[in-house]
Amino acid sequence: MASLVEVKNLVRKFGDNTAVADISFTIEEGEVFSLLGPNGAGKTTTISMLSCLLEPTAGDASVGGFSVTSQPLQVKNVIGVVPQEIALYDDLTALENLMFWGRMYGMGGAALKQRVSEVLEQVGLADRAKERVKTYSGGMKRRINIGVGLLHRPRLLFMDEPTVGIDPQSRRNILDSVKELNRQGMTVLYTTHYMEEAEELSTRVGIIDHGKLIALGTQRELTKLVGEMDTLRLHLNDGDDVASLADGLRSLPEVIQATTLDHQIALIVPDAQEALPPALSKSMDLGYKVRSVDIEEPNLEAVFLHLTGRALRD
Amino acid sequence: MSKLFIIGFKDLRVMFRDRAALILMLAAPFVLTLGLGLVTGGFNQSTGAVSNIPVVVVNNDDGMLGQSLANLFASAELNDLFDVTREPDAAAARRLVDEGTTAAAVLIPAGFTGSIIPDSQTGQSGDLVRVEVYRDPGRPVSSGVAQAVVESFISQVETGRIGGQIAVEQLLASGAILPADIPQVVQTMSHGPAGQADRDIIQVRNTATDAAGPNEIDPMAFLAPGMAMLFLMYTVSLGGRSILDERREGTLARMLSTPTRGSQVLTGKTFGIYFVGVAQMMILIVASSLLFRLDWGDPLAVFVLVLSIVAGAAGWGLLLAAVAKTPSQVSSVGMAMALLFGLIGGSFFGGTITGPLGTLSKITPNSWGQDGFAMLARGDSLVDLLPVIAALWIMCFVLVGVAVAIFNRKGMLQR
Ligand SMILES: Nc1ncnc2c1ncn2[C@@H]1O[C@H](COP(=O)(O)OP(=O)(O)OP(=O)(O)O)[C@@H](O)[C@H]1O
Ligand SMILES: [Mg+2]
Repeated sequence: MASLVEVKNLVRKFGDNTAVADISFTIEEGEVFSLLGPNGAGKTTTISMLSCLLEPTAGDASVGGFSVTSQPLQVKNVIGVVPQEIALYDDLTALENLMFWGRMYGMGGAALKQRVSEVLEQVGLADRAKERVKTYSGGMKRRINIGVGLLHRPRLLFMDEPTVGIDPQSRRNILDSVKELNRQGMTVLYTTHYMEEAEELSTRVGIIDHGKLIALGTQRELTKLVGEMDTLRLHLNDGDDVASLADGLRSLPEVIQATTLDHQIALIVPDAQEALPPALSKSMDLGYKVRSVDIEEPNLEAVFLHLTGRALRD
Repeated sequence: MSKLFIIGFKDLRVMFRDRAALILMLAAPFVLTLGLGLVTGGFNQSTGAVSNIPVVVVNNDDGMLGQSLANLFASAELNDLFDVTREPDAAAARRLVDEGTTAAAVLIPAGFTGSIIPDSQTGQSGDLVRVEVYRDPGRPVSSGVAQAVVESFISQVETGRIGGQIAVEQLLASGAILPADIPQVVQTMSHGPAGQADRDIIQVRNTATDAAGPNEIDPMAFLAPGMAMLFLMYTVSLGGRSILDERREGTLARMLSTPTRGSQVLTGKTFGIYFVGVAQMMILIVASSLLFRLDWGDPLAVFVLVLSIVAGAAGWGLLLAAVAKTPSQVSSVGMAMALLFGLIGGSFFGGTITGPLGTLSKITPNSWGQDGFAMLARGDSLVDLLPVIAALWIMCFVLVGVAVAIFNRKGMLQR
């Protein structure tokens, strides 16, 4: 059987800027497929082309067997879309929003009412359904934003960075519901720049950077790319100049790459046991106190670092 | 339900949730009508009624009915309401109305009494002659009051009360009948020619042009529609703005990600502007007829006129959205457009401008609407209104056509 999504040499340019540069991949029925990449990588642009909102500059894609360039209406019946930016009517209640979007998907009557209350239950907002969306917290809005995409029980759900800027509890709720939806048989295309999310959810991951798909496979396949590297994660104190410490650590022969994130420094090293003592003493020499250390098996962050020389988040 | 209505009703709901928009849509025109009405003397402070309406009465009838109608206008009861002048010559009286000196002329022709009351000798009544009310349409309320007085007089004649009473007095005085015959005579008369509809006995005519000077016009009659249309133009710009707002907020893209065509989304948004505009106009019209006792004319014709005015206005709202780049641009240009259109369209003073500006004013729904409402207030029918209605719909289709072409060129309605 053909794949649910087949992307063939998609290109999208905005003037001189090439947002998506010739990418190809497939998504099989039942997968959670993640596009992992930093800001501006081209994730949203790819999803917009797959959901027929943007015309590709070149190439084509089929969704459920329909071409996104020539059969947009059929494609739209197959997909549900959860846009990156919350797209709801603030002055309407959650219930009214869901009813409106359900009707836009051609639903109506008792079936729609029934489905709306199911979805409200699913996103955990049934008790606040009659309040205006503008009174909601960011996390609650995100959950309704997702609920809209689920209304018509699409075969394929596009979720574009659905956890950006929300509290850990709402994030947990969202990740769990993605897994639950997938368990019920929904195929999901998920974009994120959090490698933890991609690791937790995905059957396969495509790593995207500067509009190009630079790696594609299961987590195991991808981490093999890094070889036998480990990650040493050093946690420092608030106010420490992690950037200058990272520069210092990079000069150690045992360290391949060093990146910073908040008060952490991630070191890519061939052998964690061997690299730890010199890394700690170097830190001490430079006047920094390391609060704790994690030793991690190769992960997608390391893969990205390995492939691009940059951290996923800067 | 069709996508057009789904989107249109959603917009109606969203708009009526927005308190700031509601204030501008409904409260502001109402308050302005009231305020400007007071300033220009639309109300008599104590009663809210008009007074001292200048009327000229020409009585060429030597019978009792003509006399009593003429006396009615000069009677103590109507003393405050009318400022009556008597004039022997009908042509001269008409001229007074044409010049704007008086609001209406009541012309009672010779033989009026005779045409209604049977001759005491022969028992025959003469050929029907009509009382004419010659009105200044620029003063629909004042001249309407004069007309109403004549109508009520005639309807009393018809039911036999005045005619019977006077006729019986005459017959008794001449000795033609005996008191014992009175009931039967009255019966005969009330089935006579006077039984015809009052429209046949009264003839209403309007002057060709609005003759009155600016401060003699009844201000409420044009202020209420004027202010309603002024703010209607602002409402349609809010509607146009919502298209750009939705594009910015991503709900437009989300609508396009459902199985809905770009053209359907645009039509839906246009319906939204339309629904909101019609709701606003109808609320204002109903409220002003209840609170200001304003008579807008035949309700069906008023509704059809509103549908047409809002169509023309919605065209402008859509065009504004098509040419503007940002939502705030739509708002500021929309505000300017509303004021400009109100100004040249006669919303503030009701008159028609002549010259190049007058021609230009024909691009505004306000100008056509102002004419339409004036026609309805003076009693014109839907049929008389057809040219106005046609003009407004043509305006709508031309503007929507241009707007859609611009939207297409900008690629805003991809797929
Ligand atoms: N409508 C547009 N007009 C011009 N350039 C655009 C437009 N949309 C996206 N781009 C550019 O295309 C590139 C890819 O953007 P895109 O939104 O697809 O990235 P992304 O991976 O979704 O990033 P983020 O994680 O920040 O959402 C960026 O350089 C962006 O500036
Ligand atoms: Mg994005």
